[in-house]
Amino acid sequence: MKRLTPYLLVLPGGLWLAIFMVVPMVFMASVSTQEGDVVNGFAQTFNVGVYGEVLGQYGTQFLRSASYGLAATAVSLLLAYPVAYWIAFRGGARKSTYLLLVLLPFFVSFVLRTVSWKFLLADDGLLLAPLKSAGLLPGDFHVLQTTAAVIGGLVYNYLPFMILPIYVALERVDPRTVEAARDLYASRRGAFTRIVLPLSLPGVFAGVLMTFVPMTADYVNAAILGGPENTMIGNIIQTEYLVNNDYPTAAALSFTLMAAMLVGIFAYARALGTENVLEAAAR
Amino acid sequence: MDPRTTPAFLRGMTQSRSVTRRDAFRLAGLSAAGLALSACGVQGRKAAPPKKDAVADYWASKQKNGTLRFANWPLYIDKDGKKYPSLELFTADTGIKVTYAEAIQEMPVFFGKIQPQLAAGNDIGHDLMVMTNSIQLNRAIQLGYLVPLDHSRLPNFAANAGARFKNPVWDPGNAYTVPWAGGITGIAYNPEYVDEVTSIEDLWNPKYKGKVGMMSDTQEVANFGMFALGVDPDTSTEADWRRAGDRLRRQRDAGLVRKYYENDYIEALVRGDVWITMAWSGDVFQQVAEGKDLRFVVPAEGGTIWTDNLCIPKTAQNPVDALTLMDYVYQPKIAAMLVEYINYIAPVPATKDILAAKAAGEKGEDKEFLEQVATSPMIYPSDADMAKLRSYTVLSTAQEKVFEGIFQPITQG
Amino acid sequence: MSASGPRSAGRTRPRGRWTDRLLRIYVWLVLAWLFLPIAVMIVFGFNDTQSKSNVSWQGFTLKWWGRLDEYPDLVVAVRNSLLIALVSVAVTTVLGTLMGLALGRHRFRGQGATNLAMFAAISSPELVMGASLLSLFISAGVETGFATVVIAHVLFSLSFVAITVRARVVGMDASIEEAARDLGATPWTTFWRVTFPMILPGVVAGALLAFALSIDDFVITQFTSGATQTFPLWIWGATRIGMPPQVNIIGTLIFAVGVAVAVLNAVTARRRGT
Repeated sequence: MKRLTPYLLVLPGGLWLAIFMVVPMVFMASVSTQEGDVVNGFAQTFNVGVYGEVLGQYGTQFLRSASYGLAATAVSLLLAYPVAYWIAFRGGARKSTYLLLVLLPFFVSFVLRTVSWKFLLADDGLLLAPLKSAGLLPGDFHVLQTTAAVIGGLVYNYLPFMILPIYVALERVDPRTVEAARDLYASRRGAFTRIVLPLSLPGVFAGVLMTFVPMTADYVNAAILGGPENTMIGNIIQTEYLVNNDYPTAAALSFTLMAAMLVGIFAYARALGTENVLEAAAR
Repeated sequence: MDPRTTPAFLRGMTQSRSVTRRDAFRLAGLSAAGLALSACGVQGRKAAPPKKDAVADYWASKQKNGTLRFANWPLYIDKDGKKYPSLELFTADTGIKVTYAEAIQEMPVFFGKIQPQLAAGNDIGHDLMVMTNSIQLNRAIQLGYLVPLDHSRLPNFAANAGARFKNPVWDPGNAYTVPWAGGITGIAYNPEYVDEVTSIEDLWNPKYKGKVGMMSDTQEVANFGMFALGVDPDTSTEADWRRAGDRLRRQRDAGLVRKYYENDYIEALVRGDVWITMAWSGDVFQQVAEGKDLRFVVPAEGGTIWTDNLCIPKTAQNPVDALTLMDYVYQPKIAAMLVEYINYIAPVPATKDILAAKAAGEKGEDKEFLEQVATSPMIYPSDADMAKLRSYTVLSTAQEKVFEGIFQPITQG
Repeated sequence: MSASGPRSAGRTRPRGRWTDRLLRIYVWLVLAWLFLPIAVMIVFGFNDTQSKSNVSWQGFTLKWWGRLDEYPDLVVAVRNSLLIALVSVAVTTVLGTLMGLALGRHRFRGQGATNLAMFAAISSPELVMGASLLSLFISAGVETGFATVVIAHVLFSLSFVAITVRARVVGMDASIEEAARDLGATPWTTFWRVTFPMILPGVVAGALLAFALSIDDFVITQFTSGATQTFPLWIWGATRIGMPPQVNIIGTLIFAVGVAVAVLNAVTARRRGT
């Protein structure tokens, strides 16, 4: 009985994960190779060619999503690191208050936050209108429906995923090691690049993973803040599934996206010299 | 707030654990088991087509139940606080209680939601719904999802509906639908930035680069593409569509189009994101009535007329009550209440005189507003404008694929 | 230089260097940026707008607070969001706690696979998860709606609860349970009288996470909801037709409750000294 205990404990949740996460992936693969239309139904024809078709048709959006994801991750990292650093080393007794401040905006619904940005960035809106009437910007200057708006929205919506892991890593750095380095006549910069930065890298790696993946697959920011030239692969998948009901195309696209991400994640883990991704986030 | 950022969780995430490659294979094995299950295809949604004598067969056994569930678009009925005055009158006159839901925001999405239930013959939760004449409505009719209407019970429709709202090309003899309200797709612009517009060419004017709004609906943009080429959508061919597609593609590639909008183009116009845009008459009328300086024109080359239509899903639980409301709203006094609020084109022309008479009895802002409604060409279009208006192209299922294949990549890519 | 006084861990050099001051200003700028849209959302819940869309400031009013139920569908959507969150949190908390106990306390075959599945559930993009679930449902002919949304919400919050509980279990002193058993307690009694009270903070934290995840979820919900509306879905629809001020107010209320819970949590955590 005692030996069975862990299995009995894991079974209900494990089954849930298996039935609703692993099995659906198989169904998605199956749907992707079917042919037909929503009215008359789809039949399994093992039409593998669909993958070539969707890649040809939507390659641009795939590449665009990847480059937006990379750019937004890089910007997030640059923005987040100093914040995490300052809270960890200069936050003093009020560290947790600062952390809470960073997190508070995210108690507002994701969609609502993004809509709020659309409102703020409008051509004659709260931010641009004063600058335009002061003559600092040309009259037809705009931010909405540009690449900058979409990347800005992505960075805004996922920034805490970057700040928090870096903070957790930095927080574990014992200030005394920095003191020791300084005592051994390391410069401030030297103490940072030789001690603090390497010790914080696991946090950076985890942060990159936790932001890049959801950013690349996002469609809300591109839909609300972007224009015709900012369509991401997520928008296509969402439209094909929910609006056009072209399930095979949609499934093939999401399957390709998932596969690309898995390959990316494993390559990333390899580059870090770790056998598996978990450990990258863990150490 | 996303809990991935909370310390308790991060602490958990950062404890070491062991996962091996073998574990990954185990998961893969599990997936293989699922493969066996997933071999069959996704079922279609076709229902049996209606038979002859369908009208009599259907209605013979149906009775009034005293309740009605009505699905409509948001802000598409007269409203006073939380009350709907016209529906309250309806309840008082007929004893039928109405559950009103603003359940429809986009035709494809709404249809995508109800389609599986209709195909399976399950109740969709509505007895009466408002569908735009569109690919989806055509599909619903073709698939037998709608109840054929018993026109012997629609005397007010017969007596009061305007000629141009009867017998549309996409539903001959109003077999399945009667209009709720109609509208024109034309061009709206902000005269502060844009010179007077008469031609559709202004949507291609490089002066307004990045300040032009187009619609994301394929039939809407397709019509404008065809108008620009001087093609009549009613008689258009595949070759016309391709040329129209090229025309629209060039507009997009030149960076003229700010965005392909849903209904939110009107906010973009008011906020100044776009200066000139494809627009629906009623939206512009409301903004103008509120004092915004905007103009609306039906371009010389042509504009689109569409209707939102009352129809009864075949799974309706209270079809007689639904039919009763369909006829009820065709009384001129009720139709006038609706148009006063909705500000789209009323299918009952007699409402114009009723509103004008009402305006004479009011004072101040109310009088001004009612006069505006009764005299606006956006609500009561002139004959000259009407002559320029066309419907969406009616497509067969096979044509639909070609059509969508041409225009979808433009608005959705 | 190295003649340091009594300096405890956590204390650093006296601040005041210009880089530190610059960094401080920078952090406050980032915080201001983070709060800007939130402030706008809150303020426009008080906008005396006449029009159907809430885009320009027309003056201060409290009238929308009294008219929160003006849009029946919005009320239904908010109620659905709360119901879905409550049901899925109940299921998730039970399943996740059991998993957390097993993973933290026992070693067993398949542990690695379970961990991997949990990691996959956390790190795979929501879009892919929603898309695959929808593929399953349409293939199996399951009508999407309330139940399928609950299934999806349990799926993506399960791992969060399990991991949070596991952290608590691992940090727990196993000898106390042993002592209880030595004193003759049955396993059942031991669990309810000793183990459960000890892991309770982890369970509560996990349940709160699951609730927060569920109430705000948009992507997976959009794929699995069918005709069922939730608050985030309603907002998405409203972005296409103009958002009434009531949305801002409901957003503000959810924000306020979230802030209150977070502050309360922080204060009690400080008092407990954890």
